[in-house]
Amino acid sequence: MLILTCPCCGIAADETELSPGGEAHLTRHGPGSGDTDFEDYLFNRENARGVHFERWRHAHGCGKWFLAARDTVTMQVFGTYPAQTTEPPQEIRDRITKARPGWRWRDFGAAE
Amino acid sequence: MSRRLPEGGRFTDRSQRIGFTFNGRSFQGFAGDTLASALLGSNQVLMGRSFKYHRPRGVVASGVEEPNALVGLGSGDRFEPDQRATTTEIFPGLEATSQNHWPSLERDVGAINDKLARFLPAGFYYKTFLAPVSFWKHVYEPFIRRSAGLGKAPDAEARDPDTYEHFNVTTDVLVVGGGVAGLQAAKAAADSGAQVLLMEQTAHWGGRAPVDGGTIEGLDPEAWVSRTVAALEAMPNVRLRLRCMGAGIYDHGYALGYERVGDHRPEADGPRHRLWRIRAGHIVSATGALERPLSFAGNDLPGVMLASAVRDYVVNWGVAPGDRTVVVTNNDDAYRTAIALKKAGLKVPAVLDARQHGGGALMQEARELGIRVEQGWAVAKVKGGASVTGVAACLQIGSGVVMEEIACDAVAMSGGWSPVVHLWSHCGGKLRWDAEGAFFRPDPARPATGADGQPMISAAGAANGFGGLKDALEDADRAGKFACQRAGFKPAEGGVPQADLPAEAPLAPVWLMPAGAGPELRMKAWLDYQNDVKVSDVQLAAREGYQSVEHAKRYTTLGMATDQGKLSNINGLAILSDALDQPIPQTGTTTFRPPYTPISFGAISGEAKGSLFQPLRRTPMHAWHEGNGASWEPVGHWRRPYTYTQPGEDKHQAVVREINATRESLGILDASTLGKILVKGPDAGRFLDMLYTNMMSSLKVGRCRYGLMCNENGFLIDDGVVVRLSEDSFLCHTTTGGADSIHAHMEDWLQCEWWDWKVWTANLTEQYAQIAVVGPNARNLLETLGGLDLSKEALPFMGWTEGTLGGFPVRVYRISFSGELSFEIAVPANRGRELWDALIDAGRDFGITPYGTEALHVMRAEKGFIMIGDESDGSVIPQDLGLDWAISKKKDDYLGKRAQQRSNMRSPERWKLVGLETLDGSVLPDGAYALAEGQTANHQHATQGRVTSTYHSPTLGRGIAMGLVLHGPDRMGEVLEFTAEGFDPHGSDVAAVKARIVTPVLFRPRGGKAECLRSSPP
Repeated sequence: MLILTCPCCGIAADETELSPGGEAHLTRHGPGSGDTDFEDYLFNRENARGVHFERWRHAHGCGKWFLAARDTVTMQVFGTYPAQTTEPPQEIRDRITKARPGWRWRDFGAAE
Repeated sequence: MSRRLPEGGRFTDRSQRIGFTFNGRSFQGFAGDTLASALLGSNQVLMGRSFKYHRPRGVVASGVEEPNALVGLGSGDRFEPDQRATTTEIFPGLEATSQNHWPSLERDVGAINDKLARFLPAGFYYKTFLAPVSFWKHVYEPFIRRSAGLGKAPDAEARDPDTYEHFNVTTDVLVVGGGVAGLQAAKAAADSGAQVLLMEQTAHWGGRAPVDGGTIEGLDPEAWVSRTVAALEAMPNVRLRLRCMGAGIYDHGYALGYERVGDHRPEADGPRHRLWRIRAGHIVSATGALERPLSFAGNDLPGVMLASAVRDYVVNWGVAPGDRTVVVTNNDDAYRTAIALKKAGLKVPAVLDARQHGGGALMQEARELGIRVEQGWAVAKVKGGASVTGVAACLQIGSGVVMEEIACDAVAMSGGWSPVVHLWSHCGGKLRWDAEGAFFRPDPARPATGADGQPMISAAGAANGFGGLKDALEDADRAGKFACQRAGFKPAEGGVPQADLPAEAPLAPVWLMPAGAGPELRMKAWLDYQNDVKVSDVQLAAREGYQSVEHAKRYTTLGMATDQGKLSNINGLAILSDALDQPIPQTGTTTFRPPYTPISFGAISGEAKGSLFQPLRRTPMHAWHEGNGASWEPVGHWRRPYTYTQPGEDKHQAVVREINATRESLGILDASTLGKILVKGPDAGRFLDMLYTNMMSSLKVGRCRYGLMCNENGFLIDDGVVVRLSEDSFLCHTTTGGADSIHAHMEDWLQCEWWDWKVWTANLTEQYAQIAVVGPNARNLLETLGGLDLSKEALPFMGWTEGTLGGFPVRVYRISFSGELSFEIAVPANRGRELWDALIDAGRDFGITPYGTEALHVMRAEKGFIMIGDESDGSVIPQDLGLDWAISKKKDDYLGKRAQQRSNMRSPERWKLVGLETLDGSVLPDGAYALAEGQTANHQHATQGRVTSTYHSPTLGRGIAMGLVLHGPDRMGEVLEFTAEGFDPHGSDVAAVKARIVTPVLFRPRGGKAECLRSSPP
């Protein structure tokens, strides 16, 4: 039973108020895309043991979608941020690097 | 024999006698007794039978870990199976029945299994029931079903009359366990000013300490407990709860408490159970430790008990489990039992201490009391049948050569103590092996962590591996102070209470007794008493390759009994490790999962039952339907009239009447539950072009268009009529069930993908009542109300208009879902009932007939219209349904377009929509499959299609159906065989119904006088 803070309304919301939306930062591939790109977009997901980025909706609250960075093993939450972005804010990435030096998730990760 | 002692019993009040029944016989106990102590006090040792061999079983423990003494409690609506006699406090009139036997506890036919034990080894059901296949249905399955399950399920018609409730609480610190460690941890945390919630699963504070002795701050432990509880009760920031178990720990400091409020006083007001849903800043698990049995032959006979339990019955309830008790141990603690028995005036013929060098001060004390102690001795075998008559003693290091037979009627055994690490482990806290104490203990370096990545739980006292009084209190004080610190408080100054207890000599791990026991003895040495798992079974599992502890558990059922391995876990994995020749930590433990002990379904559901189970959504016309014979169909949280029956009519007749009346003259339908989502903004058209497969941006103001929505997988998810209200606003109708999910779907794409588009959405579903007026007289009716020109010229098919109709502010859509002339009228919800009444009133001359969802479904099927959820099931694309006409060829993109280009989606082998007519006019079974030649890989009949909707059509006077069929549209006129009721997919005899492939549009296929909902023909 996670608690995630909705960056839109500021409420520290119980998991029962939220609905999950799977992996964050997917790039949509539509008509004209190749089979590999489309397959990745539609089916292939990270199954991270550790740092992970997810979509959540404050469904029984303000109704807004937001993104969360957390550790799937320790349940540590590195931060939540609005959904209107294609990459996690630097501040959150720094926080992850501090807690998990050398972390990597898709194209994001600690500086080599 | 077991009996009540002349005096004693910390918990019992001998001035209050309490009568109860066990298997219909009357018994008496005292206030404060548990069912187990009261039965033992009346010499009722036999309390149940084991699951597999139906061996006689007596109580073995005194608390929640009890595997044997499970009973059914109460009767009728209040009957509940599998309740522990050891945790059931008696009350006047309690009714208990023992389980797992027939015809009676004493004489049981199933005990024949015991004689067959040699043929029922570990995993026997995996080996025995394989062949022949035909035996499965008629022999094996009925046999397994009859023997499966422990206890009796409550009657299906029984309804629990008790009430249950949930509490939602937050606290800085939650302390689970009210023994001395829990009390000290709570005190240390509360002294900082933090809010503390302390819960104890039993009815008494103090845990084992008052039974086990020693001193705390110079006081008897009992006196120290009273003083500390009084101090905590006086603190405004502390809440204390007895009979409240910490059931489970979950992510981010969430915990469940299970409070048995009324079990011990069923006549009292208030809920029976209460579920505490807790968010804690930090959790302290002071859950103590559980004693382990020893594995020797005959350790399952009634009268063989844990040493600590024997001591508990004597000290807490004034009950002697036997007159002559042999104590067998590998540690010092069991000497406390010998001493307690002796002091109670009972005989202890011998203490068999498996350790060559014996024990320390406690052994000395026992010897001084005149108790015979044999060092290096063990039990070769317990003698007796339904009760103990003696033990055969041997050397621990040998193979079981009998040194002496010692007559006794009870055996007290102790294999050492295991910390209760359940709560620590629930959320991922790790364990480490403590070789000295031979147990797994919490590894403080690897706790479960919270949102900030820091520990969210601490173990304290015996639960943390600190069994001694002094160490436990020190550890608890540390845990309490750490907990309040983690919750943001500064620990108060204050020392640890000084405790004094005799030093104990180290334990010697003993996993099998005697060490060299042969096969005969191992076959009688029980690990799991309830599921009948023996040392020999675990060894067999290891030989057969079950090396993972999780596999061995499932293969042997070790630890799968209702006690979830509380007694058997460590002993079993020690045997497994030995058999695999590897150290115990390498074998590891099975997973600890909540709840710690079973909690009631009542507590889980709380108030959510009956009318409070879920919210009910009512349309403005709900009360009218209710008063006019509606039978309800649940659709999401709504209730929609299925049909309105009149006196003397059954539902089928009512549906036929409604359809005929609508097709002949005039019908009326409450369509208010349809989803209505307003989409507005400069980019609204562009947005809907992405959401629908059709082009919506080209829709003219004043017009409606039927649209399809797919997900990115290409599958059809919803359909409905889109209305262009103005240049920048559209009203999207969705299915009843889809309103919320489609609105969420829209918001997802707007917020997360196209967030720079200027579009806003609002779900207006409940803002409008909507009424469909349907049938040849629809226009005539509306014209009698007056105020709006609804002529064909003013309001053509798929158009809409707004204005005042009979004094109501309305929007009228000229759309049809039945093939009839039809208007849907939207009105502000608060005027919905009024308009409905006005229409019913004005419609009398036309014989206006309200119809329900079934008539709606039949009429749409007659016309070949698809229904989301019938023709679509999450794997169907619009192209399968012949809806290509509703898929724009002009658009570069829409959700699902790319997926529909995948090879499998374009395959000509996909089943396609057709109409179906049975040759004999009967109604095809719903979901029936069309049979094909040959077999599948699973040796089942091959299929070539399936029925998606099927009804009796009053209009056509025969059964009609729609279905998806391989190459269906190219096979018009062909006759297929469909599976009928009773079809056996493996059988050779085919029960089949013949049906012909026809067009799905069976009613007025060419449009006829009235137009259909589709804006372009299929």
